[in-house]
Amino acid sequence: MTENNFWLKKIEISVSEAEKRTGRNAMNMQETYTAYLIETRSVDHTDGQSVLTDSLWRRYSEFELLRNYLLVYYPHVVVPPLPEKRAEFVWHKLSADNMDPDFVERRRIGLENFLLRVASHPILCRDKIFYLFLTQEGNWKETVNETGFQLKADSRLKALNATFRVKNPDKRFTELKHYSDELQSVISHLLRVRARVADRLYGVYKVHGNYGRVFSEWSAIEKEMGDGLQSAGHHMDVYASSIDDILEDEEHYADQLKEYLFYAEALRAVCRKHELMQYDLEMAAQDLASKKQQCEELATGTVRTFSLKGMTTKLFGQETPEQREARIKVLEEQINEGEQQLKSKNLEGREFVKNAWADIERFKEQKNHDLKEALISYAVMQISMCKKGIQVWTNAKECFSKM
Amino acid sequence: MEGERRAPRARSCGLPAGGAPAPSPGVDAPVPGRSGPPALPRAEVLDLDEDEDDLEVFSKDASLMDMNSFSPMMPTSPLSMINQVKFEDEPDLKDLFITVDEPESHVTTIETFITYRIITKTSRGEFDSSEFEVRRRYQDFLWLKGKLEEAHPTLIIPPLPEKFIVKGMVERFNDDFIETRRKALHKFLNRIADHPTLTFNEDFKVFLTAQAWELSSHKKQGPGLLSRMGQTVRAVAMSMRGVKSRPEEFMEMNNFIEIFSQKINLIDKISQRIYKEEREYSDEMKEYGPIHVLWSASEEDLVDTLKGVASCIDKCCKATEKRMSGLSEALLPVVHEYVLYSEMLMGVMKRRDQIQAELDSKVEALTYKKADTDLLTEEIGKLEDKVECANNALKADWERWKHNMQNDIKSAFTDMAEENIHYYEQGFQHENRTRGLNEQKIKSGSGSCVPAISTLPFKTSTKKHAIPFFFFF
Repeated sequence: MTENNFWLKKIEISVSEAEKRTGRNAMNMQETYTAYLIETRSVDHTDGQSVLTDSLWRRYSEFELLRNYLLVYYPHVVVPPLPEKRAEFVWHKLSADNMDPDFVERRRIGLENFLLRVASHPILCRDKIFYLFLTQEGNWKETVNETGFQLKADSRLKALNATFRVKNPDKRFTELKHYSDELQSVISHLLRVRARVADRLYGVYKVHGNYGRVFSEWSAIEKEMGDGLQSAGHHMDVYASSIDDILEDEEHYADQLKEYLFYAEALRAVCRKHELMQYDLEMAAQDLASKKQQCEELATGTVRTFSLKGMTTKLFGQETPEQREARIKVLEEQINEGEQQLKSKNLEGREFVKNAWADIERFKEQKNHDLKEALISYAVMQISMCKKGIQVWTNAKECFSKM
Repeated sequence: MEGERRAPRARSCGLPAGGAPAPSPGVDAPVPGRSGPPALPRAEVLDLDEDEDDLEVFSKDASLMDMNSFSPMMPTSPLSMINQVKFEDEPDLKDLFITVDEPESHVTTIETFITYRIITKTSRGEFDSSEFEVRRRYQDFLWLKGKLEEAHPTLIIPPLPEKFIVKGMVERFNDDFIETRRKALHKFLNRIADHPTLTFNEDFKVFLTAQAWELSSHKKQGPGLLSRMGQTVRAVAMSMRGVKSRPEEFMEMNNFIEIFSQKINLIDKISQRIYKEEREYSDEMKEYGPIHVLWSASEEDLVDTLKGVASCIDKCCKATEKRMSGLSEALLPVVHEYVLYSEMLMGVMKRRDQIQAELDSKVEALTYKKADTDLLTEEIGKLEDKVECANNALKADWERWKHNMQNDIKSAFTDMAEENIHYYEQGFQHENRTRGLNEQKIKSGSGSCVPAISTLPFKTSTKKHAIPFFFFF
């Protein structure tokens, strides 16, 4: 199926605003939620001018709906994750409240990032539901539900703890699953410790602020030392307040890591899908083999396998040749069907592995690039923090030495 | 004297040459109003060009680290102290050098205690020899202090370290405690040696030179315990009355002492708290670095970057440890000594008040009782002399003390600021190196087929990213 009419345009997507709203939920109870404004602009590639083409409001649950839909329809794709539903890895000053303005702001940025990732994915960007998400405000939910994707969803995928005894998994997927487990564990650990480090750093800086107040009060009784104390105290205040911006920047870094923490889950989802497919394939093959064997036994009259029918025959008497013929015929039909199914399952499986692996390679490159940049930007943040520190303490030292 | 230099002018107005960005708004803005009215207007406090020409500034040169005898950094031998620099008010050459070292534990059936070795080197004639070595325990120091207070009730006697620290102190004899105490005792004796009056005190001489048994027998002389207790009771009663008629300058002094005491106590608490927070920060960092190394084990392409970050964090950890030790060597002991000094000062004020109260009560007696006027007048005459002596002694010592306090506080905080600057400079170098190494790698790495979404959208969402968008429908 090749589409003949497509047009290439440059599109800018942004989640530009967040707004608190109240409304009634499904149970007709009042609730407060945040809505996000999504703006789409098309950019004329000749002169770079952008024109607002669409603008609508969506809430977090609609983003979730979109993502769940994508997960079902593109099981071989590593679907970009959403920003966290609830604030985790908080250190004491950060709020864990979903309505907190800082949290809302970081979520807004995260949602924008999600849309950008989907829009730049070679496969996902073509999805119609995604397009409608950006352009059709009313009725979008109904449209999504009409696709019936929830029915298609394999409930077994959701059962995270279920294990499938797969005899011949593709080794690459097994390794990938291990990798995603490791990634998730190491990033969680890192984020947890980072939060504690942030807490401690906050403490060090803020306690210095107390010097400011005390120096100022002390300077009141000192004649020669007074000026020096007072101005040094001011620098202590500057030092203490500088940590707020520093840690806010670090929070962005933490968000970048979190995205890959959640990506690990997306990776695992693809692996599980493969596992499930492989499992179904093996079950189907097993079933086919046993049916074939039954057929053979019926035809030759030897009973090697245990079957309920065999037992009842023994107990209640032999069946008639007509009955046996009928059974063989049924089995032969089933075997035929089974062989067709096995063939298509095999094909499906191979297609899946090929497509999934292509996306995984794409993902790997993206991940390496992004994480490296994030780590470097972290180093840059530390550099800036050190520079500020040098400046403040040099100023303070001047004041002290003039006391 | 050599060693007293001005701070280089260039540093007083500029930012470090490390390419620091334009000063933050806070540097040039006037100081916002503070709670509590200062006695003098504090305008233009950041105008760093107002350099007072006659203010001698000690430059922080590493080669002169153990400059003054008050430095508790190392038990420098008395001989090396001969080359030391002195404060302005000690124009005479030092002729008494004291070190306190070698704490030793002594166990008897009754008790366990620590003694410290005290070495004295002197060229003074009144000393029988030029070198002495004795061992003293804390009790002996207490005795000395008591005697000095007795002999010079209105002089500011240096403080002794506390008997024991109540909170967090399980064992009296743990190493840190002993070392801190040793340094404080060293400072105590040297401060006495540098004091123009106390240095010639007889009990001080005995303390430095007498053998153990000589000291014990010397101690037994002098007013007994009971009479001293009696004096204390009377003193307390008297001092209550003295407060009313305190002269103006001593009212000011008392006011200063009260506020100073409050503030220095707060500073002590703040400084201890900073130490604690830095310790906890360092502990967390110790766990933070290795996680990156662990991560690098499962990432082929990020090994160098992750290991780079890990090593940076480790270096930062070490730098923090150094910063902490700087704090505990330079700032904490000084601040704590002045906390003890402030308690000391309150005692001095009380004693001065008590002496005055004695006079006042006799004067009162004179106005009411007509009997024994001659005797009373004579006594009053003597007491007036006593009061005048005491007041003058205190006034002189007060000026000296304030001057020393200023210098000590200034140098302690300057050192702390220096430590912090050094800490951040280290951090800057390490992080810069890591960034440099890794940025090279990104440039030389293979071009990715990932569309140009950098991770920066997280930072500034105002950056719009134009993406080729294919519509198929």
